[in-house]
Amino acid sequence: MTRRGLTLTGLSVLVLIAYPWVFSSNYAINLGFLVLFAAYLGQTWNIAGGFAGQTSFGHVVFFGVGAYVSTILQTAYGVNPWIAWLFAALGGALLGWIVGVLSYRAGLKGAYFALITLAVAEVGRIVANSVPITKGGLGILLQADPRPANFQFRDPVWFYYIVLALCLLSLLTAWQLTRTRFGARLAAIRENEDAAQALGIDSLREKVKCLTLSGGLCGAGGTVYVQKYLYIDPSIAFGVDKSVEMLLVSMIGGAGTVLGPLIGSGLLHVVGEVTRDLGNMLPGVSNAQPLSLIVYGALLIAIVAWLPDGLMGLFRKRRKEARRA
Amino acid sequence: MLEVSGLSKSFGGLAAIDRASLEVAADEIVALIGPNGAGKTTLFACVAGFLKPDTGSVRFLGRDVTGLPPHHICAQGIARTFQIAQPFARLSVLENVMVGAYHATRLRRDATAQAEVVARQVGLGGQLDMRADALTLAGRKRLELARALATQPKLLLLDEVMAGLNPVEVEEIIGMVRKIHATGVVILLIEHVMQAVISLAARAYVLSNGRIIANGSPTAIAGDPAVIDAYLGHGAAARLKQGPPHA
Repeated sequence: MTRRGLTLTGLSVLVLIAYPWVFSSNYAINLGFLVLFAAYLGQTWNIAGGFAGQTSFGHVVFFGVGAYVSTILQTAYGVNPWIAWLFAALGGALLGWIVGVLSYRAGLKGAYFALITLAVAEVGRIVANSVPITKGGLGILLQADPRPANFQFRDPVWFYYIVLALCLLSLLTAWQLTRTRFGARLAAIRENEDAAQALGIDSLREKVKCLTLSGGLCGAGGTVYVQKYLYIDPSIAFGVDKSVEMLLVSMIGGAGTVLGPLIGSGLLHVVGEVTRDLGNMLPGVSNAQPLSLIVYGALLIAIVAWLPDGLMGLFRKRRKEARRA
Repeated sequence: MLEVSGLSKSFGGLAAIDRASLEVAADEIVALIGPNGAGKTTLFACVAGFLKPDTGSVRFLGRDVTGLPPHHICAQGIARTFQIAQPFARLSVLENVMVGAYHATRLRRDATAQAEVVARQVGLGGQLDMRADALTLAGRKRLELARALATQPKLLLLDEVMAGLNPVEVEEIIGMVRKIHATGVVILLIEHVMQAVISLAARAYVLSNGRIIANGSPTAIAGDPAVIDAYLGHGAAARLKQGPPHA
């Protein structure tokens, strides 16, 4: 990252830390939580889909497995949620490893890999709907007992800061991918797998490592979600909408860039809030959800058509032109 | 150094390589020539681990490396280039070469330094920050060479690194290959540009329909009736007999 990039990132971090002090309403803090949470999950997608080119359509499965692992450990085995959190990350990582080994050994790439992940997420949803340990479609309710030792907080600002910390961790991970051998190898695999192998890269191993890392981080996100909302069911844990959101924030911000998911998530949520308010003002629109979906769709089309490298690509282009002038 | 013996590879009913054998000794530059579709690239792919041969063996430095995956072959010290350049399109020239350089080191600083040296060696020193997909054909060919070289191979397999280049560019690449060879890298090259074959290689193998039909010095081969029929044609053979061009 350039010096300017570092300064900008440092400033953004300060702004994000100060945000709850300036905007202290519950609404503002929850909005901040949602932006950062989507940015975090988006970054876990971006590590595999953006940096390594392993486009996943079912990334929610890692989130869902993490959410269920920590929740079941708490409710059925009385494990402390902080410790259960660790197992959620391990569960996501293990699933990433399994999906990676199975699909990459079978030589599944590109669209086929994307479809496999989609299918795995669907399998997760069906299993969670039908086995007793997840309480099926009823979902699992965590008993409210807001104490820090319980990973539950009365003040939503705590979750804001927890997800901010996670977000920074994921940013750091992504930044490392831009400057380490592992990252260089993933980029090589993304750009041209044959050429990467010819240069001594064990592409199977690197891809599996990458998906394990991504799955583990994503799984950790699942726990945070359940601790905040105290409820999980199969359609939240394995719903396709979360997979789409992860991919959307990354692509809008710029897949394969460090700051892409954060920028994409910010834009998406601002657009979401605005269209909701607009929707409420329009006569005859009783539910604003479809309107924001239409706007998301239009946004995605516009990005793919005019900004294939996302908003970060736009910044980069600007900077290059400025340098030339 | 490299011994390929009795190598065969079929696709469906078509034998792409049929019991081909060749040897490359330490400090040699050897050429592999032959008409289009003779199986040259398939042979390279078998040696480099991209294809598993049906029968036969590949030995390198006395070790059997037959059927090992590409990254193992690379770790043994064999690097290949691709006939159709395969750049990491959205990475810069430097980043492309660094991927190769990372083969020998984990450290970014070392990989950068090594990549810069190699890039300069092939004349890409002025284009380090350029995106690989902005390079000309000649630039891409050089990039192929640089990336392979950055893995610090003992044996370099060059698959038509001069195809499509103009005579000046060909001369430049010939000079580079010679310099690379002078640093102790053994070279096996597939080439159609006979000018390059003659001025570089002491020995050449001729592959036709998957079989090695001749081997020897390029000028001797040019007189071989089987080679003239299969590949060179009579006009080219006559020109080649007069010896290397004054370049």
